[in-house]
Amino acid sequence: MATIQELARLVRELEDQLVVCMRCGMCQAVCPLYGETGREADVARGKLALLEGLSREMFRDPAGVSERLHRCLLCGSCAANCPSGVKVLDIFLKARAILAGYQGLSPVKKAVLRGMLGNPEIFDRVMEWGARFQKIFTRPANETLGTSCARFGASLLGNRHIKPLAPKPFHAELPSLDEAPGASGVKAAFFVGCLIDKIFPSVARASLKVLRHHGVGVYLPDNQACCGIPAASSGDLETFKKLVRHNLERFPVDRFDVLITSCATCTATIRKVWPVLFQEEGPEVLERVQALSEKAMDIHAFLVGRLGVAPDPVPPEKDALAVTYHDPCHLRKSLGVFAEPRRLLQASPSVRLVEMAQPDWCCGLGGSFSLEHYDLSAGIGRRKRDQVAAAGCRVVTTGCPACMIQLHDQLSQAGDTVTVRHAIEIYAENLNS
Amino acid sequence: MISKALIQEFQKVVGSDGVFADEADRAAYSYDAAVLEPVVPGLVVRPTTAEMLSRVVRLCNENRLPLTVRGAGTNLSGGTVPRPDGVVVLTNGLNRILEINTEDLYAVVEPGVITAKFAAAVEARGLFYPPDPGSQAVSTLGGNVAENAGGLRGLKYGVTRDYVMGLEFFDAEGNLVKTGARTVKCVTGYNLAALLVGSEGTLGVIHKIILKLIPAPQHRKSMVAVFDRVSGASETVAAIIANRIVPATLEFLDNFTIRAVEAYSKAGLPVEAAALLLIEVDGHPGQVEEEAAKVEAICRERGASSIQVARTAQERDKVWEARRAALSALAKLKPTVVLEDATVPRSRIPDMVAAVEEIARRHHLTIGTFGHAGDGNLHPTILTDRRDEKEWQRVERAIDEIFDRALAMGGTLSGEHGIGLAKASFMERETTRATLDYARRIKRALDPNNILNPGKIIGDA
Ligand SMILES: Cc1cc2nc3c(=O)[nH]c(=O)nc-3n(C[C@H](O)[C@H](O)[C@H](O)COP(=O)(O)OP(=O)(O)OC[C@H]3O[C@@H](n4cnc5c(N)ncnc54)[C@H](O)[C@@H]3O)c2cc1C
Ligand code: SF4
Ligand code: SF4
Repeated sequence: MATIQELARLVRELEDQLVVCMRCGMCQAVCPLYGETGREADVARGKLALLEGLSREMFRDPAGVSERLHRCLLCGSCAANCPSGVKVLDIFLKARAILAGYQGLSPVKKAVLRGMLGNPEIFDRVMEWGARFQKIFTRPANETLGTSCARFGASLLGNRHIKPLAPKPFHAELPSLDEAPGASGVKAAFFVGCLIDKIFPSVARASLKVLRHHGVGVYLPDNQACCGIPAASSGDLETFKKLVRHNLERFPVDRFDVLITSCATCTATIRKVWPVLFQEEGPEVLERVQALSEKAMDIHAFLVGRLGVAPDPVPPEKDALAVTYHDPCHLRKSLGVFAEPRRLLQASPSVRLVEMAQPDWCCGLGGSFSLEHYDLSAGIGRRKRDQVAAAGCRVVTTGCPACMIQLHDQLSQAGDTVTVRHAIEIYAENLNS
Repeated sequence: MISKALIQEFQKVVGSDGVFADEADRAAYSYDAAVLEPVVPGLVVRPTTAEMLSRVVRLCNENRLPLTVRGAGTNLSGGTVPRPDGVVVLTNGLNRILEINTEDLYAVVEPGVITAKFAAAVEARGLFYPPDPGSQAVSTLGGNVAENAGGLRGLKYGVTRDYVMGLEFFDAEGNLVKTGARTVKCVTGYNLAALLVGSEGTLGVIHKIILKLIPAPQHRKSMVAVFDRVSGASETVAAIIANRIVPATLEFLDNFTIRAVEAYSKAGLPVEAAALLLIEVDGHPGQVEEEAAKVEAICRERGASSIQVARTAQERDKVWEARRAALSALAKLKPTVVLEDATVPRSRIPDMVAAVEEIARRHHLTIGTFGHAGDGNLHPTILTDRRDEKEWQRVERAIDEIFDRALAMGGTLSGEHGIGLAKASFMERETTRATLDYARRIKRALDPNNILNPGKIIGDA
């Protein structure tokens, strides 16, 4: 086991980035977790101070620091608002890797991550099994949302109203494609992402419909792996790198012009996390990672920025369906994408966009954060639910399947009859096929 | 070390949720926004009622535990850096707006209410609470009162002190003290509120604040004036006031800050300019238009090379974006940011800007200066890396010299950021030995066990 000195040396490598934080505290205003708990150890400033204290051996509690570091949605709200430009997410991910290295992963996490995610075929098989068996374990909870709450296994699922696994994952429906570019002259690889594949295949369907409508040739390789964010955020670099390498094989960069995803989290991970966590690998791998990473693009940003899709010049009818839009942190805060999904909604005549208060307030899911800290996650989610409800729309749209899960859960628990859709689904429905 | 038994006592008072005893939790309360060494406190407690707060103070006093109240921890002078054996008392569980009275124009709040949230709640009722420190999105009203915080509107609207009508606070024994009232006039007893404002938690623990509100101005107009000489800018400031115009804001950016903001935000600022003035007049529409025209003429007379008047709300936002971006733009240039606060009579601004430039040159330091020109309250912002020991020594010498120059010009150590630990050792330079003794005697009389934020402002009493 590493000594405290060794650990301190590792953490000291972060020092150049840590020292940039001037402790101004401005992140308190935007951190959804701090908004819920009011605890300084939950806000970026507190976590950065703990890491710095650890690196300077001011105190000796790596386990305590690690635990607090994991109380974080990795939503990037702090970084997006930081006057000093602290690269908070880079720091947190690196630090998690270092601390995990020190403590070793918990046996359960090791099994789940290494055994399932790290091996895409097994992961898919386990999830398919789950789809077949889940009906036995759950009962319908709220018809509008189509969620199910746990009848058995309450300890695992808690009170969550889970969006069930799709009966058939997207990859089983359409394993692969390799089309020539159409009118647009662009060929796009489509990175499906686990949540869309297994829970929201309709989003993948809609995405492909839209791409084809705009004359984009689709390259869809089979046997795609997870983008790696669950592994990276647990500090399991080994699994993370294995997944990225697998995807590098599946997506040879010379076969397409852009890499499109409809999952905000996948896009942000590929663009922002991949290059950072491959820094210390040899230049050859790093270059390949960078080349693929640079091609990654959010689907809304691609349609609006690259293909020039513009809002309908005719304003929507008064009786058009009112929909509101929730900004996924990974789109707005990590990638600066917020106008584009709105443009697509405005280019959809069947709907009328109504903004909710604070559309960019985090939904509270934060991936594995929600598994480990469900009450906190749900607390943040309730605030989002209230904002959605106050907007008075029957549909809430967003640009990330992870946010869709949380919105489903919170709206369903509150008994709301609001449906949750991906913005691309709305846009797709408005296209004459 | 605070004993287990004592920790349990605190838990009995505030509940076990309200006591943080783990090292990692405590370590998150070891600092504030000042560039100082962190100190991990012995315990952190979070009361949620006045009753709890009073009992926490009493328990600290009975056990001789140093007590540091903490709002958002954004002060820039070490006011919330605790003692290693001390207790940090959080106010963010005391964050209710108790009353906004639109007839009698006052509000009653608990100390943990966030400044910007309060200002927005007041605005929603058609009224105005002017003090707007740059940290208002997170700072607390209790912290504002205890630091006598200022902001951008000080020239016309004053600072926090000018809005405190009354206070309720706990003395060192946890007894309730009431001062001031909900009335405009009140001469009932000593003006203890005045003593508490700016006391940085050393004389009492505030639990209720009565704040004055005013009607919101109906109209505002903003403009940016560009100057080739700093003296042109400060002569303009003097001339505006000599013409009986009191702008709501009158902000100054020096050339270094202009270039930093431009590099950061590409807003199209004139990078060659020696100084920018951002000016806003507000009030009755007719008067605002008239004053804006006068201000524009004065700027031209004093050699402004260009003036842009904001015609729309978007243009107005753009004007203020540059000012809001100043600290961010500077902060991004170097790891460590020391935000100074020396203040001079406003006519001495050109001398002070020149002095800061000269000090920066002599010590090979990077210093950008911006701030509240109307108040003579500049923020020379030293950009450095605190890990570079040699440079850090030069930074300390530079700060020392900035103070000396400001004092020589009839100025003061701190316009709004407070003394705390960071400037406690400079107090005698501005005042007298007797002044400090006088303050220490007050402190000793009111807090014989020296538990209330010891070491701050007056050193160890
Ligand atoms: C980016 C930035 C910009 C800033 N801009 C400005 C500005 O424009 N103008 C300005 O004046 N300041 C400014 N400040 C400084 C700071 O924000 C203010 O001093 C603010 O008032 C501090 O509020 P707080 O809630 O953070 O108080 P804290 O920092 O938590 O506490 C400040 C002091 O008040 C005491 N205190 C807090 N609550 C109580 C209470 N209930 N009873 C008794 N004592 C109490 C504390 O013990 C401490 O001594 C800025 C700071 C930053 C980081
Ligand atoms: S906003 Fe940025 S610099 Fe300020 S405390 Fe938070 S992380 Fe640090
Ligand atoms: S990433 Fe999100 S949850 Fe984590 S510290 Fe930053 S704002 Fe808070």
